[in-house]
Amino acid sequence: MQFVINGRSLDADVDLRTSLLDLLRDHFGLSGTKKGCNQGACGACTVLVDGNRINSCLALAVQYQGRKITTVEGLTSNGALHPLQEAFVAHDGFQCGYCTPGQICSAIGMANELRTGVPSYVTADVAAEAITVDFDEIRERMSGNICRCGAYNGIIEAISETLGTIPLPEAKDAP
Amino acid sequence: MSIVQAALKKAIALAPDSWIPGGSPDPLIRERHGHVGQPVSRIDGPLKVAGKARFAAEFPIEGLTYAALHYSSVAKGRIVEIRTSEAEQAPGVVLVMTHRNAPSLAKAPAFGTNPKAAGGDDLAIMQDDRIHWNGQAVALVLAETQEQADHAQSLIRVDYEVDAASTSFEQAIADGTEPGQFMGEPLKLRIGDADALFATAPAKVDATYRTPGHNHNPIELHAATLAWSGDELRVHDASQAVTHAAWTLSQIFGIKEEQVHVTSPFVGGGFGSKTLWHHQILGAAAARLAKRPVRIVLSREGVFRTVGGRAPTEQRVALGARRDGTFDAIIHTGVTAMTPHNAMTEPFIIATRSLYAAKSFRLEVDTVKLNTVANTFMRAPGEAVGTFALESAIDELAAEIGMDPIELRIRNEPERDPTQGLPFSQRGIVAAWRAGAERFEWYKRQQRPRSVRDGDWLVGLGCATATYPYYRMPGGAARITVTRDGRAIVAVAAHEMGMGTATAQTQVIADRLGLSMDQVKFHYGDTSLPGIVLAGGSQQTASVGAGVVAAHRALVAEMLKLAGNDSPLAGLHPSEVGGFDGGLCALDDHDRRESYASILARAQRTEISVEAEASMPLEMQHWSMHSHAAMFCEARVNEVTGEVRISRFLGSFDCGRILNPKTAASQFRGGIIMGLGLALMEETQLDERTGRIMNPSLAEYHVPVHLDVPAIDVIWTDEADPRTPMGARGVGEIGITGVGAAVANAVFNATGKRVRDLPITLDKLL
Repeated sequence: MQFVINGRSLDADVDLRTSLLDLLRDHFGLSGTKKGCNQGACGACTVLVDGNRINSCLALAVQYQGRKITTVEGLTSNGALHPLQEAFVAHDGFQCGYCTPGQICSAIGMANELRTGVPSYVTADVAAEAITVDFDEIRERMSGNICRCGAYNGIIEAISETLGTIPLPEAKDAP
Repeated sequence: MSIVQAALKKAIALAPDSWIPGGSPDPLIRERHGHVGQPVSRIDGPLKVAGKARFAAEFPIEGLTYAALHYSSVAKGRIVEIRTSEAEQAPGVVLVMTHRNAPSLAKAPAFGTNPKAAGGDDLAIMQDDRIHWNGQAVALVLAETQEQADHAQSLIRVDYEVDAASTSFEQAIADGTEPGQFMGEPLKLRIGDADALFATAPAKVDATYRTPGHNHNPIELHAATLAWSGDELRVHDASQAVTHAAWTLSQIFGIKEEQVHVTSPFVGGGFGSKTLWHHQILGAAAARLAKRPVRIVLSREGVFRTVGGRAPTEQRVALGARRDGTFDAIIHTGVTAMTPHNAMTEPFIIATRSLYAAKSFRLEVDTVKLNTVANTFMRAPGEAVGTFALESAIDELAAEIGMDPIELRIRNEPERDPTQGLPFSQRGIVAAWRAGAERFEWYKRQQRPRSVRDGDWLVGLGCATATYPYYRMPGGAARITVTRDGRAIVAVAAHEMGMGTATAQTQVIADRLGLSMDQVKFHYGDTSLPGIVLAGGSQQTASVGAGVVAAHRALVAEMLKLAGNDSPLAGLHPSEVGGFDGGLCALDDHDRRESYASILARAQRTEISVEAEASMPLEMQHWSMHSHAAMFCEARVNEVTGEVRISRFLGSFDCGRILNPKTAASQFRGGIIMGLGLALMEETQLDERTGRIMNPSLAEYHVPVHLDVPAIDVIWTDEADPRTPMGARGVGEIGITGVGAAVANAVFNATGKRVRDLPITLDKLL
């Protein structure tokens, strides 16, 4: 099977039952993506597929051949941290650091959803052209990513500060 | 307690201060211009945000096999037949291990039975056909991949002979209780005749409070990567007790302690759960039997089945007071659950021993035994649930006598420890109350419930005292190595589970040695390093601090010897010398100094390395040492649906000197958030018919998520405790205490409904 992960083309011969999460961790050694529940309840395994966030534990690897997969390892460029990663450090948006890669990937996927006007449970006017981004809107949209250490305040601060600088993902049909 | 122990305790209490650790305050307390107290970002932060911090299940090993466990579906009895042939023939299977072929293992020494014991229970694991709880591992499958192991374990079939089991807390209480013990002492205390004084008190409350079982649920699943090389066992573990784990494994496998090497550089949250449970032991046994390295990662369900949590409690609090609010009697008694195979009693009366003055006390914890996975310590064992009962009752009494609940608490502020008689080392709870009340605008609170409404939402304010003791356990030690380029490596077998240990200790060591932070490396999480340092009881900072104090004293003495008579330091006693600007200087004359580089160069040494053990922690028996906080909550309760939302929260802390305001604030907030979970949603549900946990997942065991958590305000007094290393007290556990009551009291103020059984779910408010 052929995969495109963090811009690199990778081959693997894996069991059809292998989840995308186990593919990343056990076969490609990309252990930045974390396993917290393996049933879609905690968000620690969040990765970006064509710019959209998914729980990689609920995805079968075989279905994601050829799709553009971005993990936390793919966010740094030439060893430099992404502005959101920097902001997580500055605002202490983590303690143990285990849910952190998932929080960061999730926030980047969320930025895309906000800009494309996808409403949420707390959006006051679901018909509005643009979403008003506030504390509640970010909290609601990040609620699929659990942080048991309780670094939530720092996470929201880090996301709020950098939201404007998160680039839009490349289009799905990009090479 | 034996007569000898009692006499020793009395002697320590009465000894002159100067004989006791902390008798002369740590000189670092006076240092106000160093790294300590600065909001330094985590030094391991860049690694963690980049996904490069390596956790226990992420270490590659050649020839690795993957483990899966098969769990008992009955609570008590024996295995009549276990059919494994289908599993053995499944693709990729390397080994199926059951009690029929497991290697011979000694019983696991249970936590508390030896200074280095780490076992969650004291069972002989997979040595016979006995079942002790519903969820006990009865078989382990090793396969070439995780998918193959998971599938193969699903093919195992077990027939059980079922015995009657104790799986109902209520029924067990009705059947009779036994006295509880904590750390070797009975959980029973009587001063005066509390029942008589309560009976005649003009104002009183008498109520029963209930708290359910809880599970820690760190997001990192419990995991280990294990490999044998001859009789040497290598374990990459997720551990908050590496030295304890290694010693305990050596006892189980009948090898020497030095033959077990446990490392745990990063731990994805612990909260009391990351100690030694059956999975690491079974993993090691399977690796030995299969002669292959093993990775064992529990599923989330597996964590609930294998790793115990906080036990349920049923507590009675009866307060007798005069009309002015002064307490005549404090009665706090009740029952908690444990198992026949462990020694951990949830000690919910501990906070009540030191919080308030009263003429009389009767405190008592009794226990019942359930056939469940062994309960264990979870963040602030005792205080987290004990303060829910006590601080709810105080609020009820305040309402009863029409007094402000903060004033009622301050009215009963003790001058000395109310039950031990010891002087306080430092106590600033009144200041914390005053500062918190002002910042939270407590004066706006309406004493009459149901006074504030915002549309469908009833709004209320509540408060509670939080408290956690200062602990320091024996076994602290450290090694300091200073090299000729003026750098230092400090090594302690301590842990980083996200508390900020590595960062805060680097700050402390830099100041103590007179170096910059980038000249200091702090090594930890490895059994090859000195010290028996449990990351528990909020004691790690003090334990490491005391170890470093001792090693530093030895370092200075060695350095002075090396410096000799040609140094500006010649003639000074080690106690007159401290670290300053890359070297040593006279404490009273900073111009009298020499750099480490210069001393080592002149002595023609490339480095100097010293190791020392911390003083015995006698200070807790000489002073009453406790942290406190005033917790303030604003709750909104929907009158139509009963939903509770926390809209504001403030914690005003008095925890000694704060070493790093950034990481300490995160610890405080994290504790408070876990407290919101305890108050509003967390509950481990046991099916009383079968003894099986019914909600073993994060979908059904609810923990706070982003939208549950408002911006949480935290402030602190920052007043040093003169009797502790660095003037600090632990900050990890106090945050969860008091929160349950602060929320319940706010809900009462909003609705007029008093909820005495946690969690406060909407059905209890409709």
